Amino acid sequence: MFKQKTTEQIKAATRPTDTAAHAFYNNPKYRALIYQILLVTGLLYFFYTIISNTLGNLEAAGIKSGFGFLSNAAGYDVLMSLIPFESTNSYMRVFIVGFLNTILVSALGIFFATILGFIFGVMYFSKNWLIKKLSVIYVETFRNIPLLLQILFWYSAVLASLPGVRDSLSLGEAVFLSIRGLVIPKLIGQGGGSTFVYIVLVLAIIGIFILRSWAKKRQDATGQQFPVFYTSIAMILGLPFVAALLTGFPFVIEYPVLKGFGFNGGITVIPELMALTLSLSIYTGAFIAEAVRAGIQAVPHGQTEAARSIGMKEKKIMSLIVVPQAMRVIVPLLNSEYQSLVKNSTLAAAIAYPDLFNVFVGTALNQTGQAIETIFMAIIVYFAVNMLISFIMNRFNGNVELVGR
Amino acid sequence: MKMIKKISLVTIGMAGAALSMTANAGTLDDVKARGALSCGVSTGLAGFSQKDEKGAWSGLDVDVCRAVAAAVLGDASKVQYKPLTAKERFTALQSGEIDVLSRNTTWTHTRDTSLGLNFAGVVYYDGTGFMVSKKLGVKSATELDGANACIQAGTSTELAISDYFREKKISYKAVTFDTSDQTRAGFESGRCDFLTSDQSQLYALRIGLADPAGAVVLPEVISKEPLGPVVRQGDDQWFNIVKWSVNAMIEGEEQGVTAANVDDKLANGKPGNKRLLGGEGELGKNLGLNPDWAFQVIKQVGNYSESFERNVGQGSPLKISRGLNALWKDGGILYSPAMR
Ligand SMILES: N[C@@H](CCC(=O)N[C@@H](CS)C(=O)NCC(=O)O)C(=O)O
Repeated sequence: MFKQKTTEQIKAATRPTDTAAHAFYNNPKYRALIYQILLVTGLLYFFYTIISNTLGNLEAAGIKSGFGFLSNAAGYDVLMSLIPFESTNSYMRVFIVGFLNTILVSALGIFFATILGFIFGVMYFSKNWLIKKLSVIYVETFRNIPLLLQILFWYSAVLASLPGVRDSLSLGEAVFLSIRGLVIPKLIGQGGGSTFVYIVLVLAIIGIFILRSWAKKRQDATGQQFPVFYTSIAMILGLPFVAALLTGFPFVIEYPVLKGFGFNGGITVIPELMALTLSLSIYTGAFIAEAVRAGIQAVPHGQTEAARSIGMKEKKIMSLIVVPQAMRVIVPLLNSEYQSLVKNSTLAAAIAYPDLFNVFVGTALNQTGQAIETIFMAIIVYFAVNMLISFIMNRFNGNVELVGR
Repeated sequence: MKMIKKISLVTIGMAGAALSMTANAGTLDDVKARGALSCGVSTGLAGFSQKDEKGAWSGLDVDVCRAVAAAVLGDASKVQYKPLTAKERFTALQSGEIDVLSRNTTWTHTRDTSLGLNFAGVVYYDGTGFMVSKKLGVKSATELDGANACIQAGTSTELAISDYFREKKISYKAVTFDTSDQTRAGFESGRCDFLTSDQSQLYALRIGLADPAGAVVLPEVISKEPLGPVVRQGDDQWFNIVKWSVNAMIEGEEQGVTAANVDDKLANGKPGNKRLLGGEGELGKNLGLNPDWAFQVIKQVGNYSESFERNVGQGSPLKISRGLNALWKDGGILYSPAMR
């Protein structure tokens, strides 16, 4: 060690003309570091100037700033909220209410869009001319009509022409459909018995996962198949039912009854939520169908032929050979479709659905005048939600990727 | 190195842009240089601000824009109208997109003190009211327990109705729409049992219904909604101009000066008439305007009474009576500070 150092010193001493090359600012490692420090300082200064300037300008213009307003009472009501909300609650709570409503409509949209997308995407490959054409028509129609128009179509043309509350369409005096939305009976659990049923339901779901991996292992080992799908359905419906019977059905069903201006009791699905879910699902579904079609087309035809040659049925070829390979192409495309759906849900404002954009960036911004703060908070939320989707889909992508080719 | 240089250039550019976003004080000069007043109005509300087939705007709020243009530019037609929804209006004013906001906007403490804006007077004293379908047979707002309300988002109505129903301990559902067209459509389709808004706007929305006779405006008025023009804070001269343009219309009515007799009043009127119309004194000069500023307002737009009756009163389909909006000497509360 000591020796090494001396040789280096000697080397340096023997080359006096090279001192410049050895100066620390010419060392590429230090140089990179210095540039990075400079850049970060520059950026920090940049943001500092922007923020202090904005604050200064706001104050000079007499406009209030800061996040203090979040703890003030909102003073207005919100049409629908998943947590209890009253107008005396704070703007922060409005923010959460709007956020949950955004998550709700996005989750419903993603769920139905995926189902629609896969059904219509696979239909494209049908031998049946009509089915294939249906798929083409679906994709071409709904992908090419602006989403806002579709939302307004469902809301103002379709749902708004439903009968009034008093003349609701009803199904067995239990389910009602009117311009006020869909009202369905509510299952209210009572006491420990109902908790037992819920626990059984959760256990059934866990059981299904265990069953699936067991069946797969068995099939890998012995080639024997197990009817996982039907067993799962039987489990998820049957087990809680048996549990309910054992505990003497510890539930009451609350039927909606028409009283005064609307229905009392039951669960109301507001038409704004219905219209937004419908239009987001159908619109995004068309894009997903395209992604599914592209994914399937990317699977070499030889795969299908090979499967046919060993005598597999067409349906099985699709579900066991083609779609799993197509997923490699489909999943990254799904990721961006899901993110678009979340962003598109902000069109809710057009039809009074109380999403984050509507109740917070819309009304709260207007009542407080604090545009920068409210918009900043909303940007963070949409950014975070989309990062989360991206994270989940990337994990999922890792699962469907071909290992080691 | 090149990239670093580029980044620092961009940084400096952006910081510069942020720095230049300072409050703009000389609205009067801007308007004169542009040769037109930029005025924020509603997207369409009968009697207050609406556009006809030819694209010409009219209404009580529009007349305030026209009065300011007449006072400043000598020509009431030199106005660029910017239709704004309730949600857009304050941002449009704060950002300098418009010079005046004249869009049935309620003067509230919060708006006056925290938005960087100033209210330049009251053009119409209003209050929140209810409109219901006649079919429901509702006689009073207290019968509305459990009903759905169509409301426009970003209005003081949202706040007033929430207070009222809490106080009365009755429940309701607030269905809030972006524009007044959507709000009206929601009411018409039956999505809501009632529509709530400033009472004057209820009358305006009612005549836009397919069957105006099928809807009734309930007697209750549950809040104070003084509506008036708004300007940015920090430009006192401009604030004065807008404030006194409105006062000129009110004072005109009080002095009996009308569009028809304004020339005669200037030539042969009482000293007060001459002071108002610029024949005497320095009122115009104090505002930084021509001596005939108020003369032009009344000549081209009319006095308050003329504007009121033409747009929302007996000369209009709305047929709203003067009520609170009569002059103080006629039993109302309309009052202009002394014009001297
Ligand atoms: N005066 C209230 C309400 C004003 C308001 O926006 N009223 C609605 C009535 S539905 C309106 O005039 N809308 C017209 C538009 O959006 O263009 C306020 O200042 O907040």
